[in-house]
Amino acid sequence: MTYFASGHGACPGCGIPVAVRNIIDAFDGKCFVANSTGCLEIISSQYGRSAWGVPYIHSLFENPAAVAAGIESALKALGRKDEGHVLVFAGDGATADIGIGPLSGMFDRNHDVLYICLDNEAYQNTGNQQSGLTPMGCLTTTTPVGKLMPGKIRQKKDMVAIALAHKLAYVATASVAFPREVVRKAKKAVEFEGAKYLQIHSPCVTGWGITGDQSFKIAKLAFETGLYPIVEFEHGELIRVRKIKEKRPVEEYLKIQKRFRHLFTHPKGEDVIKTLQSIADENIRRYNLMGTETEV
Amino acid sequence: MMKVVRGFYSVAYSVKQCKPDVICAYPITPQTEIVERLADMYANGELGNCEYITAESEFGAASILVGASATGARSFTATSSQGLILMSEVLLSAAGMRLPIVLVNANRSLSAPLSIWNDQQDSIFMRDACIMQLYIENNQEVHDVMPIAFKVAENRRVMLPFMVCMDGYKLTHAYEPVDLLDEQMVDKFLPPYDAPVKLSVDKPLTFGCYAPPPYYTEFRVAMQNAIMGAGDIMLKEFKKWYKITGRDWGGHVVAENPDAEVAVITMGSLTGLVRDVVSEMQKEGKNVGVVKLRTFRPFPVEDIKKALKNANKIIVFERAVSFGHEGPVAIEIKSANYESGADVYSFAVGLGGRDIPRDLIREIIDKVIEGKVEPGFQFEGVKPFEEVIP
Ligand SMILES: Cc1ncc(C[n+]2csc(CCOP(=O)(O)OP(=O)(O)O)c2C)c(N)n1
Ligand SMILES: [Mg+2]
Repeated sequence: MTYFASGHGACPGCGIPVAVRNIIDAFDGKCFVANSTGCLEIISSQYGRSAWGVPYIHSLFENPAAVAAGIESALKALGRKDEGHVLVFAGDGATADIGIGPLSGMFDRNHDVLYICLDNEAYQNTGNQQSGLTPMGCLTTTTPVGKLMPGKIRQKKDMVAIALAHKLAYVATASVAFPREVVRKAKKAVEFEGAKYLQIHSPCVTGWGITGDQSFKIAKLAFETGLYPIVEFEHGELIRVRKIKEKRPVEEYLKIQKRFRHLFTHPKGEDVIKTLQSIADENIRRYNLMGTETEV
Repeated sequence: MMKVVRGFYSVAYSVKQCKPDVICAYPITPQTEIVERLADMYANGELGNCEYITAESEFGAASILVGASATGARSFTATSSQGLILMSEVLLSAAGMRLPIVLVNANRSLSAPLSIWNDQQDSIFMRDACIMQLYIENNQEVHDVMPIAFKVAENRRVMLPFMVCMDGYKLTHAYEPVDLLDEQMVDKFLPPYDAPVKLSVDKPLTFGCYAPPPYYTEFRVAMQNAIMGAGDIMLKEFKKWYKITGRDWGGHVVAENPDAEVAVITMGSLTGLVRDVVSEMQKEGKNVGVVKLRTFRPFPVEDIKKALKNANKIIVFERAVSFGHEGPVAIEIKSANYESGADVYSFAVGLGGRDIPRDLIREIIDKVIEGKVEPGFQFEGVKPFEEVIP
């Protein structure tokens, strides 16, 4: 039995439906889902063909955090709090860009909501435009590569730090490459009363220029380079990180994706790669990602 | 219980008696004291199990109510001007999802230039949103209308947002004697909200699906049917309310002198002043009458036709402009009443809170009666000015 039915319209190799299904199944369907406009919404919520076996609502691109806050408040007011957990599934664009105001409000009021950002590192539903969570050097349709420009200039927005700045009880990242960990973290998160943030790295086959069979491998590589640290905070304390067994250079991750391949030929590419390597190294240092221990 | 209160309190007290489950608050002049008075009640434990939420923006406030209403909660907020426009994307989504959110809009002009004062440009801007709009003349009326707004919005044949429009400052800040509603009476009139569909784990439904071309139109037809049908449902509830309270606010349109050949149409708090001027003119033997337009959406076409059936000249006092065309109320009147062939004179007055002197009203009506002005649209009370861009 699954609460996210097959027959949805996701691309083969997309990480999103896997993460979503695992999470809502882990809650045995006892959850309310607020979703932003974006890939997940479009593949799952067509009239007459909804994939959702849990109560689901989509209102706008930028308001799922507020809609979820409303669900939670209504459940409280109506004495139905035990009916299920309130979850948000939102894209990186919805989260880090257009919806960050309502998200901050929901965090600040500390609604009992688990906010899950499905981070495919661009506005993929509209055809791969850059978002605040698009990495540096990445080619998107709004950060194209040209004589002057080597893709996106700035680095990823640090949403984990932003979430932590709201003093949340639980903040974590995960990757679709490690599905059991995704489920563990979602289940762990809901044990905390109040607002929680979980950001899940999820490759986009079309936007990243990869093939469907590569996506989980590439997600794993993102972690192994240090570019996508997998961390877990409780009450602001870093309590656990996933350790990198064998560190990979960022080139290995970059060269197999069309969105980064220009970096190996563009005049400014070498500098970008260097910067990306230093970002990865800094992540590894800051979170102490190397070694064998799983506990920090 | 009769008490002299301000408009804010009149709204807040009535909302309290309606027992909402979720209230969202975000400050904007001249609405703010409505949600502040509700905050006082919440702080004193007078709102029962209601959740009172201080949103981070009006956009957030409306979005929270979307989630709350979809979960089956009776939902309320109040706003004004920029706040209403910031909510607009969400309120359209709420209407399409058929969520019976009730809001009070304290009418205020729109930026730019920034102005905190009263006109009706803000709610008029929301004309096509599939949200019911009722305009208020005084603070007893707004007090009486709140339970009706919830009841109509939550009617299963309607299930749409309801916006009560009251003129900012002119009503919100005014002290008036108001007969405060008692709890049992409101309880009897307005049962708790029993959502016909809602988000629940027992019966999981999908809200806010997307509709490809083979389906989209039917959703919109259903919305149109619902709001068109809401007119009769409102009239029934108005009547029930009259029976309970003895206060009759009339229907969608109140033709105060149905035989008049010159009809003066107003919406909102200006009605009182216009009525005064008109009755003075009637005493002088002038054949002029007041038509008070209460319901703007759904637009009461038949009632308007009936109210104007003897009029050959129609004067509309507009508190907003449909830029690039003319007065927004006149547009509706002409469309509803086109068969009559009556001349329509539309005058924009009191924009951005400019005073509307009694003499100006009198002057305008006189010049129409005396044939000194052509039918059409014009601004009144305009000073000589220089173009901003040389
Ligand atoms: C206010 C508004 N602006 C723009 C859009 C167009 N739009 C829909 S989805 C989307 C991108 C979604 O990106 P993201 O949140 O990262 O989700 P993804 O599709 O990548 O999973 C955009 C730009 C919209 N629906 N609403
Ligand atoms: Mg995205």
